[in-house]
Amino acid sequence: MSEAKPAAPASAGPGAGPGADQGAGPGAGHNISRLTDLFRTMVRIRTFEETALEAHKAGEIPGPLHVSIGQEAVASGICTNLRRDDRLTSNHRGHGHVLAKGADPNRMALELFGREGGYCRGKGGSMHIADFSVGMLGANGVVSGGIPIAVGAAQGLKLLKSDAIAVCFFGDGAMNRGPFLEGFNWAALYKLPVLFVCEDNAVAAFTATKTVTAGPGVTARSEALGVPALSVDGNDAVAVDEAASRLIAEVRRGAPRLLHARTFRWTGHTSTDPAAWRDQAEVEAWKACCPIAKLEATLTGRGITKSAITAIRDEARTEMTTARASANAANWPDSAIAYDDVQDTGAILRGTTA
Amino acid sequence: MSTTKTTVTLNEAGRLAVLQEMRRDPTIWVLGEDVARGGLWGQYRGFLDEFGPERIVSTPISEATIMGAGLGAALVGTRPIIEMRIFDFVMCAMDELVNQIAKVRYMFGGQAKPSVVVRMPHGMWRNSAAQHSQMLEAWFAHLPGVTIAVPSSAADEAGLLVTAIRSDDPVLFFDPKDLWSVEGEVSDVIEPIPFGKANCLHEGADVTMVTWSAMVPHARTATKTLSADGIKVDLLDLRTIWPWDEDAVAASVRKTGRLLVVHEAVEVGGFGGEVVARIVERLGPQSLKVAQRLGAPRIPIPFSPPLENEIRVTPDKIVAKVKGFMT
Repeated sequence: MSEAKPAAPASAGPGAGPGADQGAGPGAGHNISRLTDLFRTMVRIRTFEETALEAHKAGEIPGPLHVSIGQEAVASGICTNLRRDDRLTSNHRGHGHVLAKGADPNRMALELFGREGGYCRGKGGSMHIADFSVGMLGANGVVSGGIPIAVGAAQGLKLLKSDAIAVCFFGDGAMNRGPFLEGFNWAALYKLPVLFVCEDNAVAAFTATKTVTAGPGVTARSEALGVPALSVDGNDAVAVDEAASRLIAEVRRGAPRLLHARTFRWTGHTSTDPAAWRDQAEVEAWKACCPIAKLEATLTGRGITKSAITAIRDEARTEMTTARASANAANWPDSAIAYDDVQDTGAILRGTTA
Repeated sequence: MSTTKTTVTLNEAGRLAVLQEMRRDPTIWVLGEDVARGGLWGQYRGFLDEFGPERIVSTPISEATIMGAGLGAALVGTRPIIEMRIFDFVMCAMDELVNQIAKVRYMFGGQAKPSVVVRMPHGMWRNSAAQHSQMLEAWFAHLPGVTIAVPSSAADEAGLLVTAIRSDDPVLFFDPKDLWSVEGEVSDVIEPIPFGKANCLHEGADVTMVTWSAMVPHARTATKTLSADGIKVDLLDLRTIWPWDEDAVAASVRKTGRLLVVHEAVEVGGFGGEVVARIVERLGPQSLKVAQRLGAPRIPIPFSPPLENEIRVTPDKIVAKVKGFMT
């Protein structure tokens, strides 16, 4: 694939990207409503996670959260190119992917809070949110766990003669697990409609990925396995959108692709990790490249007013604050729910009696 | 119900069951190593010609993705048969089986339908040594979210496989390698056999013997020997160990007061322990004269014939065990 540039520093650039407008400057290839939608999605993800962190700190959410603050451009830029029937697998840091695919933040919040009405009926929590109605096949608590599932989803879709595709989000840590090699080889071998997205936030749990990874990186590994790859600035929502648009068109014609999106996680590994171990200068440098601020500048440059920007932010704040309040007000699940959704065949509840 | 029956091997019975189901439902497909050439054991002979390479998918030696891709394909509405070649290789796919397949329906609140059959031919077979001979079905009985079939006859291989393929629960299907060539009758229309129903192979009032899979023929031989010596055995083949037919075993033990569970697997931590414990809990210790297990010693399976034979549960060992507690 000629466009592939492993570790290329620049964005894919405009060209075959979506939208109608033409002109100079960032986002020039995009029409304004698409840019605004991208911005709104990013703001909603950021606000959802900030609200969830506050709620966690206040003791309203049980269990740890893995947030993706700083990485919002990747989920937004990819998912804006997907159809509702395209399938998605995600990882443990998946709130943004789920939200961008079209899930309802109220039901997400109910799940995070462990309350009645959550997507997984209180059985999954933050790390396992799924919304099959929008093609979101589940976030996954095992690094690289979504890779074999995504290639299988693509294979199943192909068998069913569907033109939907599968998209698989994973982090840079996943490239050191076996399913990465197996799944990429498999996707290339069977020419499956799957887009792999390596959301490279530079850190695997608490360890800088470069300190535990040999060789030239994820795009080189991907290309070696027959999956053409493209590297983009993952903090540039427009660049991610344009690259995704191009790659997804190729995937939909029946060929796997990898999009390597370079980004950065602002926070610790989980909500209980104060992240004192991180290089603060590095974190601050990345915060200065905030993907939301970047797109906001683009929007302002395209004539969107400050008040319109503020309105989007306020809407998201209201939406997520309402979701938090509703979740806090919701009932806990009935204890009988613990015993269903598990097995239809034969007696199953051994251990609850006798 | 069909009345025409044909005598076939257990291996052929499994082949016929999958063939029947794949002809019925175009969303059923097979993935695994060497399946296009008929599978390691010939259990998919001729399938490639009939169903083509999209439904008979010979895969790389990538067990994790064989298992995980099967799940992913189930989640979009197909019904994969995941062929593990031999059971022992499932260890290379444990995350996909244990953390993914067994969990997704529950963990996602009922949204996922992991309608997969995982075929794992298991057990000792012609001196295949420690990594190609194991029976670890008890591990999976400990795992919520899966069902477990352990057939021992051609008819059960076929009927249980039809049930497995039609099930929306993930089914771990343990084909008994050592019994591939055992012959039996199979109907020309294979009806599903419900899970959790034991098959009573011999009636007797003295001892309840519970077994499954490759131990069934040995238990039958032992039952005949014991019968000739005046000890009458109620012999139950569980056929599935999750769910398992607790009612049938309890009813039999109420009659005999003696329970022996026989399995090829290592005795320590084997499923026999669960059967014994449950029956004692249910009937009360005072209602049993004997509750014992017979399995392999807790050592890896050795290669050399005399060594392998040493650890194998045999009809003689079963007879000796029963006579030991009957005297």
